[in-house]
Amino acid sequence: MTDAFEIAFEITVDGRPVPVTPGQTVGAALHAAGIRSWRTTRLGGRPRGLFCGIGVCFDCLVTVNGRPPERACLLQARPGDEVTTS
Amino acid sequence: MTGRYDLAVVGGGPAGVAGALTAALAGLSVVLVDSGARLGGQYFRHPAGAHPGTPGLDRFLRQSRALADRADLLLGHQAWAVEHTAAEHDGGFTLRCTAPDGSPVAVASRRLLIATGAHDRPLPFPGWDLPGVLTAGGAQALLKGNGVVAGRRIVVAGTGPFLLPVATGLAGAGADVLGVFEAGGGLGLARHPLLAAGKAGEAAGYALALARHRVPYRTRQAVVAAHGERELEAVTVARLDRDWNVLSTRRVACDTLATGYGFVPQIDLGVQLGCRTRADPDGSPVLVVDARQRTSVPGVWAAGEPAGVGGRELAELEGRIAGRTISAEHDPVPGAPARRRERLRAFARALLEAYPIRPGWQRWLRDDTLVCRCEEVPLARVREARELGATDARSVKLLSRAGMGWCQGRVCGHAVACLTGVPVTQPRRPLAQPVTLGALAALTDTHDPAGAQHPAGSQDPTGPREPAGGQAGSRAGDRNSSAASTTDGKDSA
Ligand SMILES: Cc1cc2nc3c(=O)[nH]c(=O)nc-3n(C[C@H](O)[C@H](O)[C@H](O)COP(=O)(O)OP(=O)(O)OC[C@H]3O[C@@H](n4cnc5c(N)ncnc54)[C@H](O)[C@@H]3O)c2cc1C
Ligand code: FES
Repeated sequence: MTDAFEIAFEITVDGRPVPVTPGQTVGAALHAAGIRSWRTTRLGGRPRGLFCGIGVCFDCLVTVNGRPPERACLLQARPGDEVTTS
Repeated sequence: MTGRYDLAVVGGGPAGVAGALTAALAGLSVVLVDSGARLGGQYFRHPAGAHPGTPGLDRFLRQSRALADRADLLLGHQAWAVEHTAAEHDGGFTLRCTAPDGSPVAVASRRLLIATGAHDRPLPFPGWDLPGVLTAGGAQALLKGNGVVAGRRIVVAGTGPFLLPVATGLAGAGADVLGVFEAGGGLGLARHPLLAAGKAGEAAGYALALARHRVPYRTRQAVVAAHGERELEAVTVARLDRDWNVLSTRRVACDTLATGYGFVPQIDLGVQLGCRTRADPDGSPVLVVDARQRTSVPGVWAAGEPAGVGGRELAELEGRIAGRTISAEHDPVPGAPARRRERLRAFARALLEAYPIRPGWQRWLRDDTLVCRCEEVPLARVREARELGATDARSVKLLSRAGMGWCQGRVCGHAVACLTGVPVTQPRRPLAQPVTLGALAALTDTHDPAGAQHPAGSQDPTGPREPAGGQAGSRAGDRNSSAASTTDGKDSA
């Protein structure tokens, strides 16, 4: 699927590099890299990642460049973005 | 005088783009607001620069380019509230938005077109909050918008014709799709309701694609539980009776589940303005519109899914009718489009009626099954609220906290209503999207159509563009939510 895209770049997730193809959201890049949960819930400490994929459910909240909380499924990834998970 | 647009359109899917373009071609000054980084909405979601073979995409992209030449596009902007403007301007509306950099933007217009689409309606079941469980639309958005196949071994389950493009899309992209489990209908693909609606070609295409990839399509079967430690490892697939009670079960190992039970139209902005609503055949509240797509509130039109889920062809047609009647309010609605709209609406109703949600799903849940994912409310607590005497959606919510979290009941609303036996009511959300306290505090700065902040037409609408009035370094899709918005602040309904 990736041949339609241009030059890939990287973001880091807890310091670890994750490849991105331009136009992808942070959530999509994480999911593609096999990172499917990146936060835990307040009460039960349950793992959460993408669910609705379109900005409705708020399961995918994530800290990017120190600024929480963003919806990873809406946020376009940019070169050098630093994602920290909790 | 601050500038006012003749028309503000919320939603850049097929309905919004068709409506905005039609009105702009008729000479109206138009602004279109969409939260996405690109025009497209749910169906025409496409990655930057890539043109996957979505039927109709080329045509949509032509419309988008034409629109960019004639209207202002505020992409990456979330509309979170709309209000009537003070009477001095013969009515009109102020749309409150959040720009990609988080700053507030107000848009004034004489007329408003609501084309905000819909989102998936999931049903809860044990384990549905495990990572690896996605909505069917979510899996589709990953694939169409991001080129990401949601997993390797995927189960597709739920009800409705939308499961078919999701399953064939995933299989075509290389995933091992282990099965499509359609909880409704006992007929199978050979007699799918798409056939009755004159969509034989479409149905045959899906049947062929599924056969080619050896994907079984099973009716009266559903995923009733998901299993795994920290991620999805397996699902329980059940055979169901007519009412969706479980007859027998088996376990299927998989890493991904794509599930959906229809769609929920996004009607918050219409409800904020007091537009009348009605229940669609599947119980979803939708905005009432007349043959011109006018809502019950003067100056407000609705097209596409907020007026009832009906697919992209109907959405585009309704957008065109809206655009036309907005620009020439006293013209009769042209005959051919009106007749085609009626045909497509009848088809949409037939599909909704063919795939009802049957009550047996409620017995798939256990006491500790989370019903509300945001506030982590289990079934037992929802039942307790009912036992404590809650007889309407609002009291159930207050007593159980179901629907009080980030998503404001968008995900669990339908299920909670069914589980407590109260009718699905129209949402009452004073804010359609989370918003920062800073943005609330700075309710100024009306977006001016005459202003030079965002020359229209200078950029390719299909590529990411710098948002209007945005500062250097801001980006579409950025800062859509914010730490400063609180759950309580959003819940003053
Ligand atoms: C996740 C998902 C995936 C889908 N995929 C397919 C598919 O692959 N094939 C298919 O046949 N049908 C699909 N559908 C069905 C689809 O909804 C319709 O067929 C079609 O897209 C409807 O067009 P529309 O213009 O009414 O709305 P949409 O295409 O949904 O467009 C609505 C737009 O409004 C924007 N919006 C909503 N609220 C706001 C707000 N408050 N502020 C700013 N912008 C806002 C959204 O970002 C969106 O771009 C999908 C539906 C969903 C929910
Ligand atoms: S996955 Fe639902 S909001 Fe991001």
